[in-house]
Amino acid sequence: MSTEAATPRTTIEVDRAHALHLLHQMLRIRRLEEKSAELYGAMKIRGFLHLYSGEEAVAVGVMEALTLDDAVVATYREHGQALARGVPARTIMAEMYGKQEGCSRGRGGSMHLFDASLRFYGGNAIVGGGLPMAVGLALADKMQGKRRVTCCFFGDGAVAEGEFHESMNLAALWQLPVLFVCENNLYAMGTALALSESVTDLTRKADSYAVTARAVDGMDVLVVEAAARQAAAAVRDGVGPYFLECRTYRFRAHSMFDAELYRTKAEVEAWKRRCPIETFAQRLTDQGLLDEAGREGLERAVATELEEAVAFAEAGTWEPVQDLMRFVYSERKAQ
Amino acid sequence: MNGNGTTQTEQTTYREAVREAIREAMRKDPRVFLMGEDVGRYGGSFAVSMGLLKEFGPERIRDTPLSESGFTGAGIGAALGGMRPIVEVMTVNFGLLAADQILNTAATILHMSGGQFNVPLVIRMSTGGGKQLAAQHSHSLEGWFAHIPGIKILTPATIEDARGMLWTALEDPDPVLIFENQNLYNMEGQLPADAGAVEIDHARMRRPGRDVTIITYSASLFKALEAAEALARDGIEAEVIDLRTLRPLDEQTFLASVARTHRAVLVDEGWRSGSISAEISARIMENVFYDLDCPVERICSAEVPLPYAMHLERAALPQIETIVDTVKRMASPRG
Repeated sequence: MSTEAATPRTTIEVDRAHALHLLHQMLRIRRLEEKSAELYGAMKIRGFLHLYSGEEAVAVGVMEALTLDDAVVATYREHGQALARGVPARTIMAEMYGKQEGCSRGRGGSMHLFDASLRFYGGNAIVGGGLPMAVGLALADKMQGKRRVTCCFFGDGAVAEGEFHESMNLAALWQLPVLFVCENNLYAMGTALALSESVTDLTRKADSYAVTARAVDGMDVLVVEAAARQAAAAVRDGVGPYFLECRTYRFRAHSMFDAELYRTKAEVEAWKRRCPIETFAQRLTDQGLLDEAGREGLERAVATELEEAVAFAEAGTWEPVQDLMRFVYSERKAQ
Repeated sequence: MNGNGTTQTEQTTYREAVREAIREAMRKDPRVFLMGEDVGRYGGSFAVSMGLLKEFGPERIRDTPLSESGFTGAGIGAALGGMRPIVEVMTVNFGLLAADQILNTAATILHMSGGQFNVPLVIRMSTGGGKQLAAQHSHSLEGWFAHIPGIKILTPATIEDARGMLWTALEDPDPVLIFENQNLYNMEGQLPADAGAVEIDHARMRRPGRDVTIITYSASLFKALEAAEALARDGIEAEVIDLRTLRPLDEQTFLASVARTHRAVLVDEGWRSGSISAEISARIMENVFYDLDCPVERICSAEVPLPYAMHLERAALPQIETIVDTVKRMASPRG
């Protein structure tokens, strides 16, 4: 398996404020994930926990291309998407604690973060399961004449699912405004892409359904952002769906139960040298846009935010057991 | 609610009643659309949607590729996006290809999101054996779907319910599955000219009787009613309960009946093991055990994949004479 970038590092220009915003967003995700792992060890967070470390540039870059009117459909590795979309760190943390102040009232946990106010349609833990929903959200927009984008995140593993192929076909057939973002981190849990796909160039699969497809370096936030802006603009213009493959890498284990027997330490280390945060920070430093104090300032802000999030989760309350049977059926009539 | 006996009636069929229900819903609510395999140009594989394409156009009578999971999931997304989709899955066996979307997403997202996202989706499927369609096209899996919390399961047996349940289902904020037994489509009957929506929360007594309660649903209702007529000629008065809705189950109606008649027999086209009839039997034991004069009996399909040969298929399915014989045995002095 190659550890080389899909494309060489680009020379996209960026102004200081925006650059620091992107760095801040990526840092928020990385530190949230580190804190989550720590709290998992402390048994504050239970169940499955899938961390996004290493893939931050994808969620952050793509989210820049979306408006609050757009919809986001994510996977079970969705802390990064949720945070970048604007779901507060404290409600994410409370959710992982299982508290009713969580963004899903503690009913969902790490894999099922939702926020209706942000049109964040959640973490779906059935691989590929979110793609048909994204197609339907986009169909509803098209039928109602709404000029919105539905952005659907999924991994390389989902490409092997029938739902991927059905969704590509439906979206292209009906020319629906879906931005499909494939986070290709090279492994479907522990099975390498080359061991699960006869054709490992995933853009060819989308292309075969007449979906515009492009692969970019998912470790470079500016590259991802530029590609996502272009893709989202095309989708918004009604050109049909777009498939954006972001080639990235998961730095940590698949979940907290993964001994990582399927990849070498050398491979992981090689990818870590391409860390989307550190390479971006270095570049900003080289360009004179970031100094040590600036970096520390960002880290402090993130640390404060996460301390507050943990305190919020700790202070959160358990939903009364008498409420167990709520949210099986709606408590209000349909509009 | 529809009219009473004083209104004018007209001759119709179950198929036409379903079609009229779809037509009325499409006219009343611009958010409603029908989507499924061959619903448009072909006219529906059971000719239910014949003519609707001409009236409403291809956007709202939407032919889909053979992608049950994809278009059912798209129905979920469209419902979340503000539409009121009716997804037609040709047959329940094909519905298994959509089972992931139904079980893992439609039934769960309200709960996983802590009440934020409800799915006002209606899925129609044909079901039932008895037409020599062999082992892959003769299932009665509605009881199996009724195992799942978060969805509602309707089994209209009468023309009135075929006409009236759809609109009520569309007004429901949560996913509703309507199972139409394929043996019923040609059934003729009278329907009030002003027939409309019916409630879906209660079972109905279709025939009063003092000696035994026959509990059934869908096409088996008519076998039960014929059996009751035959039994009446021998002086045994059977009460016939049509469950109508398998989830949530209206247990009060059948428990009250069994408490009166002291005998219960269930007629269910599903396989016996783990069936809805097993559930109903258990509820009778739990609630009115001491009112029983004899053990509950079940007449289900034989536990065999449905064979093609007519005589074998007939032997596998519940039949009128079996109901008659069973009730006579139960009603005899020795029980």
